[in-house]
Amino acid sequence: MADHLAPGEHDDAPLATAKQADRREQAANGLDEAKGDAVSGKTVTINRPRQEIYDFWRDVTNLPKVMENLVSVDAVDGQRSRWVVKAPGGGTVEWISVITEDRPGELIAWASEEGAEVPNSGRIEFRDAPGGRGTWVSATILYDPPAGFIGKVIAKMFQREPAIQARRDLRRLKQFLETGEIATAARNRRQYEEEQN
Amino acid sequence: MRALTWHGKHDVRVETVDDPEIVNPRDAIIKITSTAICGSDLHLYDAYIPTLQKGDILGHEFMGEVVDIGPGSTLKKGQRVVVPFTISCGSCFHCSKHQYSACDNGLPADNQDIAQPIYGQPMAGLFGYSHMTGGYAGGQAEYVRVPFSDVGPIVIPDGVDDDKVLFLSDILPTGWMAAENAEIEPGDTVAVWGCGPVGLFAVQSAFLMGAERVIAIDHFPRRLELAKRFGAETINYEESRTYEALMEMTGGIGPDACIDAVGLEAHGFFADNVWDQIKVSTFMGTDRAHSIRQAIIACRKGGRVSMPAVYGGFVDKFPLGAFMEKGLTLKTGQTHVQHYMPGLLNAIMEDKVDTTFLISHRMPLEQAAEGYKMFHDQQNEVTKIVLKPGMDQAPAA
Repeated sequence: MADHLAPGEHDDAPLATAKQADRREQAANGLDEAKGDAVSGKTVTINRPRQEIYDFWRDVTNLPKVMENLVSVDAVDGQRSRWVVKAPGGGTVEWISVITEDRPGELIAWASEEGAEVPNSGRIEFRDAPGGRGTWVSATILYDPPAGFIGKVIAKMFQREPAIQARRDLRRLKQFLETGEIATAARNRRQYEEEQN
Repeated sequence: MRALTWHGKHDVRVETVDDPEIVNPRDAIIKITSTAICGSDLHLYDAYIPTLQKGDILGHEFMGEVVDIGPGSTLKKGQRVVVPFTISCGSCFHCSKHQYSACDNGLPADNQDIAQPIYGQPMAGLFGYSHMTGGYAGGQAEYVRVPFSDVGPIVIPDGVDDDKVLFLSDILPTGWMAAENAEIEPGDTVAVWGCGPVGLFAVQSAFLMGAERVIAIDHFPRRLELAKRFGAETINYEESRTYEALMEMTGGIGPDACIDAVGLEAHGFFADNVWDQIKVSTFMGTDRAHSIRQAIIACRKGGRVSMPAVYGGFVDKFPLGAFMEKGLTLKTGQTHVQHYMPGLLNAIMEDKVDTTFLISHRMPLEQAAEGYKMFHDQQNEVTKIVLKPGMDQAPAA
């Protein structure tokens, strides 16, 4: 246990990996407009330059290529975009997301607009990986899991645990940027379409 | 198309299934001309491998003709290719270091979650070997979809027989890498546990790399005979005590390098619970891990241990003390097939490596289920079965 440590004496590990829940929650504090408190933080190394990955993510219309349960993201203006997410039973749920912080090549943060059925916010950071291995991409996602139907939507979007979905989405981002495609075992187009739904 | 599909323990069937198609840009579709049954396929047949689903198409040693390509493929229709059993992207950090079996991107994102808790990081995808390795359809079929076809398949020159090059897909590079990992020096004595296909290719490779003596260990007389044909001395562990024999045959020094090629038939990815099930329920018992223990005990001080044998889970009573005290080096890993294919194709073309000796049976794809049963029941006589989808239905050659 870290009880004997004075403030500031913690180790160098990311807060998202802390054993103590209150320290994990601090991982969310860097978000300007934190919405909700279920945190999911993951880092993946992508063998591409920082700016290229930032550019891909900043064009939010790219996100459905790598985020499994996004149907579409359309830019409303330079800061706002409309996110459409698959819902159970074949429907969709949507909200407006606003970019709250934008540091080219380094960081993008976003939050849902007031009134969203599922308040959520997130941040993605890009850092040069040591040893010329490309870029460390870290995603932190917060959301307020509601009950009922919308809760099911969120459960589907983030699957059972947000960390799992974030990890899988980051892997798809890595695959798309490193290989130009997303790995699938589908034997033909029909199987592929089935897997997408 | 017709394909060999898995339905349960000792239940594989040749059935009509949907044809494969180009799905991703770098894909190619291969019309299979030759496809082998691997020893590791028998573990699927015996239903020891978790995450296998009814209807899965098996097979990871195959070759054929390119019949369709995606816009990102570098292959051309009509080319003959051998396909590596590992599905690797060619563009991640590990592929750039030629550690192809450690590819970050070969597995679909969701499947990576199966292996990650066991191994720490996900590995490359494999053809026809359960959903833990990606759920990719295998090559014991008329056609197969090959992802990353610009990186994996190697083009075979016209006029070279399938049987000479088919084993570039898995067992020849695996035997070669096993010998390379043994870091053989001139004058060395190399001991090889297991004279299955990989062990036999390791014997050949060890001599090519400068070993003065190779000692092959098995209990199937026919397999020991094959090892002897390549110049190896033999120990039949049912007739002789292996450790004592090795010590006497090396003047009390022990072999300079030891290759454990026993577990290799299990290209396995067993979780420990499955592992335990295997230990209690099969003839293998703890013998599987016995070969690596024995290799460590027999190896000379400061020697090298190479382990192409696949261990997927955990092992008891690992002789860590002997390993440390003697200062041994252990090298292992799934084969980086793509790295070895070009050099080994040259070695075959120059007749430095003999591959066709291994094939004991050739039969049409339609008889694949029969082939599995034969291979399973007659390990001494059947060293390798090659299925030929285009072959007339006739008695096995």
